[in-house]
Amino acid sequence: MQATTTPSHHSAAEIDRHVRIYITVFVSLMALTIITVVISRFHLPVPIAVSVALLVATIKGSLVACYFMHLISEKKLIFAVLALTVSFFVVLLALPVLTVHDGFYIR
Amino acid sequence: MDIPYTVDVRPDTGLTNGKIGIWLFLASEVMLFGALFASYILIRTGAPTWPRGDTILNVPLATFNTIVLITSSVTMVMAWASLARNRFSTFRLYMGATVLLGGVFLVVKYFEYSHKFELGLFPSTNNFLAIYFTLTGLHMLHVIGGMAVNAYFWGPGAKLWKTNPEWFMNRVEHSGLFWHFVDLVWIFLFPTLYLL
Repeated sequence: MQATTTPSHHSAAEIDRHVRIYITVFVSLMALTIITVVISRFHLPVPIAVSVALLVATIKGSLVACYFMHLISEKKLIFAVLALTVSFFVVLLALPVLTVHDGFYIR
Repeated sequence: MDIPYTVDVRPDTGLTNGKIGIWLFLASEVMLFGALFASYILIRTGAPTWPRGDTILNVPLATFNTIVLITSSVTMVMAWASLARNRFSTFRLYMGATVLLGGVFLVVKYFEYSHKFELGLFPSTNNFLAIYFTLTGLHMLHVIGGMAVNAYFWGPGAKLWKTNPEWFMNRVEHSGLFWHFVDLVWIFLFPTLYLL
């Protein structure tokens, strides 16, 4: 089934370049998944294990967001929405940390 | 009256309404999962002991599921790229593969859950299992939702391609954004629950 008009603003060469990037990101994600599992086998101390696991997950997440979700070429407004979201997200994750201080910050 | 700015970008935002809409929705999803992650941190740091995930959960199955979801993300972007190349039959193939891979993920999760229940491990058993079932259960609901939308675009929704291909391509891009978000959440859930 062919569309009645050309659907894309992208040139064929541009799409080919996108596809090559997708495949590179796919291979990187697979490699990072294996690395995550292998590192967990070393039974590192919890703080180091958490840091390493979250670092690798952040790299993987960034690859997905930047290339699969096309965030790398997105408009400013999307970044503004995400910046606001990230700031609220950080506050949300920080709340349990504050409570660890035995109610010093939160009573 | 037609829905405005489905294909043309709004002059003030520089985006189509659908694009800004899906990103705002994803922002709310970040807060939803963020609240549960914050609960996980609170419960874990407050517990005198906490089990390593791999002593209770099946890591090889979860690794397989991680590979399945990452692969489905690639098939999803390839589906979008196929439309950009004006190749509808290739789009169908990749979109079908994306839905199928989502199904594989759910089947594996079914076996994981059944095995836990057979061993008498329920959400009420302990805090670790409570947070495990809550986070993975919510994530599974998202996989089901994403599969339903993708299946619609693979099937009856694809009629739009004939009449308004650019709008259809935008719709596929937006459902893809949701699907990649589901993949992204799993990328963090996997090490957090299974490996630490």
